[in-house]
Amino acid sequence: MSRLKTWKELTPGGIICEAGNARTYKTGDWRTERPQVDKAKCINCFFCWAYCPDGSVRVDADKGTMEGFDYDHCKGCGICASVCPKQAITMVPER
Amino acid sequence: MKVMQERVSMGLNGNAAAAHAMRQINPHVVAAYPITPQTDCVERFAEFVSEGLVDTEFVTVESEHSALSACIGAAASGGRVMTATSSQGLALMWEMLYIAASMRLPIVMMVVNRALSGNINIHCDHSDTMGARDAGWIQLFSENAQEVYDNMIQAVRIAEDMRVRLPVMVTQDGFIISHAVERVELLGDEEVKTFVGPYKALYSLLDLQHPVTYGPLDLFDYYFEHKRSQIEAIDNCLPVIEEVGKEFGKLSGRFYGLLEEYRLADAEYAVVVLGSTCGTAKEAVDRLRDRGKKVGLLKIRCFRPFPKEQIIRALAPLKGVAVLDRSVTFGGFGGPVFTEIRSALYDVSPRPLIIDFYYGLGGRDIYVEDIEKAFARIEDVVRVGWVDKHIDYLGLRE
Repeated sequence: MSRLKTWKELTPGGIICEAGNARTYKTGDWRTERPQVDKAKCINCFFCWAYCPDGSVRVDADKGTMEGFDYDHCKGCGICASVCPKQAITMVPER
Repeated sequence: MKVMQERVSMGLNGNAAAAHAMRQINPHVVAAYPITPQTDCVERFAEFVSEGLVDTEFVTVESEHSALSACIGAAASGGRVMTATSSQGLALMWEMLYIAASMRLPIVMMVVNRALSGNINIHCDHSDTMGARDAGWIQLFSENAQEVYDNMIQAVRIAEDMRVRLPVMVTQDGFIISHAVERVELLGDEEVKTFVGPYKALYSLLDLQHPVTYGPLDLFDYYFEHKRSQIEAIDNCLPVIEEVGKEFGKLSGRFYGLLEEYRLADAEYAVVVLGSTCGTAKEAVDRLRDRGKKVGLLKIRCFRPFPKEQIIRALAPLKGVAVLDRSVTFGGFGGPVFTEIRSALYDVSPRPLIIDFYYGLGGRDIYVEDIEKAFARIEDVVRVGWVDKHIDYLGLRE
């Protein structure tokens, strides 16, 4: 995130006037564990993509492949690892 | 009934006065739930809706929590919004009160002051609105039905002023004002329409060309800054309330300030009070003045924001001040009016001696004689030169 604004620079009530700016908020900072995918086991079923509450599973729609994670926004909840039918995703502690 | 083009004087109670103000303001949305003693106001307004006298979308809801939630949604969507409640209803709105103020939504709400349960009681005291004093709403107290009507109309202008954009509560004392019929002068419908002006929406959710988000997650990195800007917003609205009071005076002949000083200019002792008891206190002041006592009244019309400078100016020259609190701060050092006034006068030197009286809880009557007793006590305190008992009671069986 860029420089934090002072209270004098804010909109009344903290209303957000810029559509889609949630992407600039790096919720990945909250993570204590990161998901890692073993592509040798992955069958590109997209379960992880469908279940991810933060839209942080990257896929290539044309090729139909799972391409890893958006670590800027992934909060490390582990749902992807939990739903993966092939145990291709493991949660690794952040350090 | 027909639309009133001309000014008229009518016999109205406080609820009806508020309902007529709402009719003339003609808000886009009213969402309200009936509760004693406010019911009469909402019923009358519902009649105005069914008679086609207003264009208002009247939302009947299943609770006060829903009432204010619907108001918040409608206000964020760019509508002029009003509601009304009392006591337990205000208590049920609690979490939404803070949200309405934090989102800077100019909702106007009439609150009939009624005691909070338990035990269950439907009569007047100020525990409902005083409990909500920290929610971020502007609070205007009314002495009689005329002031209810006048405050409702001014509240719209205050709330919607681009320097303010905050919700306003207009209060009236349960039954004493809400159900007592008095002569009330109404402005003409067109006059009110012109005075309040067309609604100017700000950050409307329905403005699809400029999409906005209200009330997002706000954590340790920004919440504090947002609260700081909210503090600034409510502090800055004192001059706006004064401006609107003057402008309303030019229109109606009834001028309003933040406070009303009654025979205070050369007084040595004063009582400070809010709401309908001000009328009783004025009578007590007159009687004591007839006996040569130098006494006066400070009526607080605007309690939030607290007009600190004006109160200091009014009370600093006095020898003694008796504050009358119609709500209790359990376990606190006196009622909310007392603690705030005593704190405001701390830096004044020499400062008046100050005592607090709890009175009128659950609708207990307050008499002119009670207020005379309060004056007698503060005179005694000043004679002795120090406060023996900071908090006492008026009208209580000991």
